[in-house]
Amino acid sequence: MLRNYKADLHVHTCLSPCAEMKMSPAAIVKRAKARGVHVLGICDHNSAENAPAALEAARRYGVHVLPGMEVTSSEEVHLLALFDALEPAGELQEIVYRHLPGENDEEVFGMQVVVNADDEVLGFNRKLLIGATTLRLEEIAEIIRSKGGLAVAAHIDRESFSLIGQLGFIPDDLILDALEISPDLSYGEAARRYNPTLPLIHSSDAHKTEEVGRCCTTFFLEKVSIEEIKKALREQEGRRIVR
Amino acid sequence: MTVTEVVERLGLRVLTSKGIGDIEVTGGYTCDLLSDVMANGRMGNLWITMQTHQNVLAVARIKDLAGIVFVNGRRPDEETIRKANEEHVTVLGTDESAFSISGQLYQLLEKP
Repeated sequence: MLRNYKADLHVHTCLSPCAEMKMSPAAIVKRAKARGVHVLGICDHNSAENAPAALEAARRYGVHVLPGMEVTSSEEVHLLALFDALEPAGELQEIVYRHLPGENDEEVFGMQVVVNADDEVLGFNRKLLIGATTLRLEEIAEIIRSKGGLAVAAHIDRESFSLIGQLGFIPDDLILDALEISPDLSYGEAARRYNPTLPLIHSSDAHKTEEVGRCCTTFFLEKVSIEEIKKALREQEGRRIVR
Repeated sequence: MTVTEVVERLGLRVLTSKGIGDIEVTGGYTCDLLSDVMANGRMGNLWITMQTHQNVLAVARIKDLAGIVFVNGRRPDEETIRKANEEHVTVLGTDESAFSISGQLYQLLEKP
């Protein structure tokens, strides 16, 4: 049976150097549950290493987590990649790591903490996760698609690290599933501004616990899966976004 | 000063093969954000950037720029060069930094 699922598809954890230390996967899932969020997309910068903990925490609290990441392309465009399971997310991570130069400086950028579902620290990621990969935007989108994932241009209205900001407009040969807009921009205003040919979604881009679920997209789906969300974005078989 | 003269004076590489139009260079604009170039680039400007994404061609055309100068030895892919030839966008290159080449262009245009 089709029903509404409230989804926040862009949430960072303490693995992202710019996110709060309190943003453990367990804390995020708890906050999502309290706010009535059914689906969380875990999208740390260029890494999915906290996705296993998020999935485990999600099982305990009855929230659905889609593992993913926010990949930075060589053009410095942020692209969200979301998957049904850990395996494809891990495969993307492997490719991203091979194309991500540099080492993190905790003093400058912040700590990159890998944790488990019980908030225990498992280690620190040493890569420069805040940096840009050497992968072209179209290349990343193609990899995501080939692994059955959802590819979403992140916060297109932001001046920096956004598809529109960096590249002025959406390239013809770039295949994406959706465009994400920031919480403070309304769908109506975004539609006027960009006249988009792709569906718009709202998410929180939460870096702090209080931001989790502050802005969501409600999908009308049979169950939570990438395939169902893709159908909703394309308005197929009764699936749709509830505005 | 025309594009040809600027190319000679600054020792720029010409990456497109269609020959450069003898357009008058009205100034320079140095930026890697295409949205900003679309907002602030002026007709006849030479655009100095390290952003090699194919979208630069459309921006150069929309804004009637005199050409694009890729810095730090950066080079767009062959497909972009091919399209630049097709669309008559002059694509130039240099091993110098954006700062250095902007300074030199400024000297050239402002103090002839």
